[in-house]
Amino acid sequence: MKKILSTVALILATAGLAHADGGELQLYNWGDYTNPELLKKFEAETGIKVTVTDYDSNDTALAKVEAGGSGFDLVVPSANFVQIYVQKDLIVPLDLTKIPNHKNIAPEWMGVAYDPGRAYTIPWQWGTTGMAVNQKTYSGDINTSAIFLDPPPELVGKVNVTPEMNDVLALATMYEGGQPCSDDPVLMKKVRDKLLEAKPKWVSMDYGMTEKMSSNDVVASLYWNGAIFRARLANPDVKYGYPKEGFPLWMDQVALLKDAKNVDNAYKFLNFIAEPENAALISAFARYANGISGSEAFMPADMKDAPEIVIPAEFKDKGHFLLGCSGKAQDYITAIWTELQK
Amino acid sequence: MASKGFVLSRLPGFNAIAIGVFVALYLPIGMLVVYSFNAGKSVASWEGFSLQWYAVAWANDAVKDATIRSLYLALSAAVISTLLATLAALGTTRRAAFKGQTFIYVMINQPLMVPEIVSAVALLIFFAMIKQATGYAGMGYLIAAHAAFCIPFAYLPIRARLEGMDLTLETAASDLYASSWQTFRFVTLPLLLPGIFAGMMLAFVTSLDDVVITVFVKSAGQDTLPTYMLGQIRRQVTAEINAISTVLLALTVALLTLFFLLTRKKD
Amino acid sequence: MSPAEQAQITQSTRNGWLLSAPALVLLTIAAVGPLAIVVAYSFMPQGDFNGVAWGFSLEAWQGILFTKDVFDGTLAWADANLTIFWRSVKLSMLTTVFTFVVGFPTSWFIATRAPKARALWLFLITIPFWTNLLIRTFAINEIIRKEGLLNTILLKLHIISKPLEMIYTDTAVFIGMTYVYLPLMVLPLFASLDRFDMRLLEAAYDLYASPFQVLRKVIVPIVKPGIIAGSILVFVPSLGAYVTPRLLGGGKNMMIGNFIELQFGQGRNWPLGASLSVTLLFIVTGALLVYVRHANRETTHGQ
Repeated sequence: MKKILSTVALILATAGLAHADGGELQLYNWGDYTNPELLKKFEAETGIKVTVTDYDSNDTALAKVEAGGSGFDLVVPSANFVQIYVQKDLIVPLDLTKIPNHKNIAPEWMGVAYDPGRAYTIPWQWGTTGMAVNQKTYSGDINTSAIFLDPPPELVGKVNVTPEMNDVLALATMYEGGQPCSDDPVLMKKVRDKLLEAKPKWVSMDYGMTEKMSSNDVVASLYWNGAIFRARLANPDVKYGYPKEGFPLWMDQVALLKDAKNVDNAYKFLNFIAEPENAALISAFARYANGISGSEAFMPADMKDAPEIVIPAEFKDKGHFLLGCSGKAQDYITAIWTELQK
Repeated sequence: MASKGFVLSRLPGFNAIAIGVFVALYLPIGMLVVYSFNAGKSVASWEGFSLQWYAVAWANDAVKDATIRSLYLALSAAVISTLLATLAALGTTRRAAFKGQTFIYVMINQPLMVPEIVSAVALLIFFAMIKQATGYAGMGYLIAAHAAFCIPFAYLPIRARLEGMDLTLETAASDLYASSWQTFRFVTLPLLLPGIFAGMMLAFVTSLDDVVITVFVKSAGQDTLPTYMLGQIRRQVTAEINAISTVLLALTVALLTLFFLLTRKKD
Repeated sequence: MSPAEQAQITQSTRNGWLLSAPALVLLTIAAVGPLAIVVAYSFMPQGDFNGVAWGFSLEAWQGILFTKDVFDGTLAWADANLTIFWRSVKLSMLTTVFTFVVGFPTSWFIATRAPKARALWLFLITIPFWTNLLIRTFAINEIIRKEGLLNTILLKLHIISKPLEMIYTDTAVFIGMTYVYLPLMVLPLFASLDRFDMRLLEAAYDLYASPFQVLRKVIVPIVKPGIIAGSILVFVPSLGAYVTPRLLGGGKNMMIGNFIELQFGQGRNWPLGASLSVTLLFIVTGALLVYVRHANRETTHGQ
């Protein structure tokens, strides 16, 4: 026993030594979203060891960050959550002099309404939420939310819906002819009824579709474009559709937490990811576009014309950027979502 | 055999069901182990023997970190809970029943009775308060939580061992003017040692396996192997997970076998 | 009683408490104490986005049974919560019954082995129990998924013509929980069977009792404590299950455990999460009380 104990102690001691040199950085990010290569490169350049902790929804992340004292330095909220973090005084304005690469942020992503001039955040990745369908099972029109709201007979009982409240509600609202964040009770009632009617026709409400669609375990899903791109590379039958009734556009960005302990290291990381070559590394892993000008040159070739990444011209104006909703609209969304969970 | 062998024959199908149960219990785990040696990427089809997934897992820093953290956590929790459980077992066995003994039993066994999710939620809220008040976000919370729910697992074998020991030797020792500390150190403790080791092993394994409470309590960069796996499994089923599971499984089985041999010896 | 004896007993009591104190302190801080906060949270109003606000409110408790319609403000039965509670209770009961149905023959089998082999068989049952819950659930998932082992075999044998869609159903959760909690049923059943004198059976047969009569009149009364203990041990964790329904139910077939977690995440209703937790605790305590009362009666009978 003594021997075992001393061996374990030795392992622990060396493990402690392994990351003692350049300091550390705690990144709180979505799961399956951070390229290990990126972190390796960062560590090689700066000696800073980045530890990633995963979350699977904006709400989980916010709840943990707000509870406080969790020790995270950086968090990656979606656009509709950035203002909540600001209002709750959880993230701080960036000292732009420490981020010379800030100028690399693409102009269209610089003037966003939720963070004008990018005072708080550096873009991580952006994408769309749409319909992924296995063409072997269903070969009809997939550019519609009807795939999950009024599934064709072939797909009844086979559709997965990603459990992301805002995306699902936005798609359903647009399907019923409204705009995301509507506070019209008549319309929202229709949205609720539609979702409740559709739910029995779904197989699951789950994440993990890259693998499950690759392996044919799931044949249709409401999901994110990059993950489906990865599924298609493994399984050519998977195709991604853009709902013509309207689909959500989203962006996740990195913000500096108020109670961050490794502030200097965090700035180094923020500057690092705004470098086109590094931004391309981010995209090469999770397969979403980033918001950094010039990164295209470093992107993997198969991403440049991928139908999942490049929105076809005919659907360009159907994408709606999701922002935070007003009080009443959010109440409707939360209530409908809870009802949908039963 | 006293029972002329009729018992089983008159309860039709019992053997078949029992064998079926053992097969059903081990088949899924066996599959997992076999597929961890699969050369192919898919978890669905066999493409030849390979150790590549072990190499992949080993090269993954997140896995390595999580493994070391899991072992560190389980070891700390096992040592603390065994120490406390040994004291409590000494306090509650082999003496006249005293007022409050039932209360102590209920307290010690509480982690076995409260649904894990409820404990997890309670700890999330409570520890968040402490984290905010003190600014400390280290491993202490996980160690405290794990040590607490490991106490009953450590307590039970120790208590069982104590109950099987009569007081003759100790009485003899004190008759020979040994101090109570000497009696404990040279008589009670050596006799109790197998029970203590057994308890520690159960506590270690229990801590190593915990998912729910750890998920709720962990702070930045505190993924253990099980919580890391939970995150991975939900997103995608990789052969790498099979390899990690197999290693964890091997560790558990090794410890349990040791436990089995230790407790058997005394019979 | 002499004063000396009296003093000895007092000292023994004090030592008993002193020795138990460290364990009790840790359990109070990291297991029992926090439960009080959950109870407190269940009586507080919802915070503006999540968390709780200071004050007193019964809304979370009302929210378990009734829900305010977001459109017209009327109160109605909280359909969602009740459905989930019912599903949890139903699945947990089914799991308990089924683990008994297959667990009883298994423990019987073990109890009728030669003493040496018995320890080994018992050990074989315990290994899966100590194996990571996540790994076991994950392993079951690999068996029952659409292109998993079970479907592959059944298809190859032409027993079915297209794969069974088991994954993401209540059935999947049920299978998973049965698999995961089976050892918890077998162990106490075995414990009671192990003490059972097989010669009693012989006597019954000699008196020409039918197998069914033997089962009912001789075996059942003796293993009853084991049945009750096993049922509690399976029912309690099934009711609070989180990992198994999460992985096998696909998020669509929630159980209470997942629903509670939801309230602390996307549901943004911490007080409701707290009141649901306390409710779950009540149900479990109720089940345990039934058990304790039963166990006590058994022991008084025995004396």
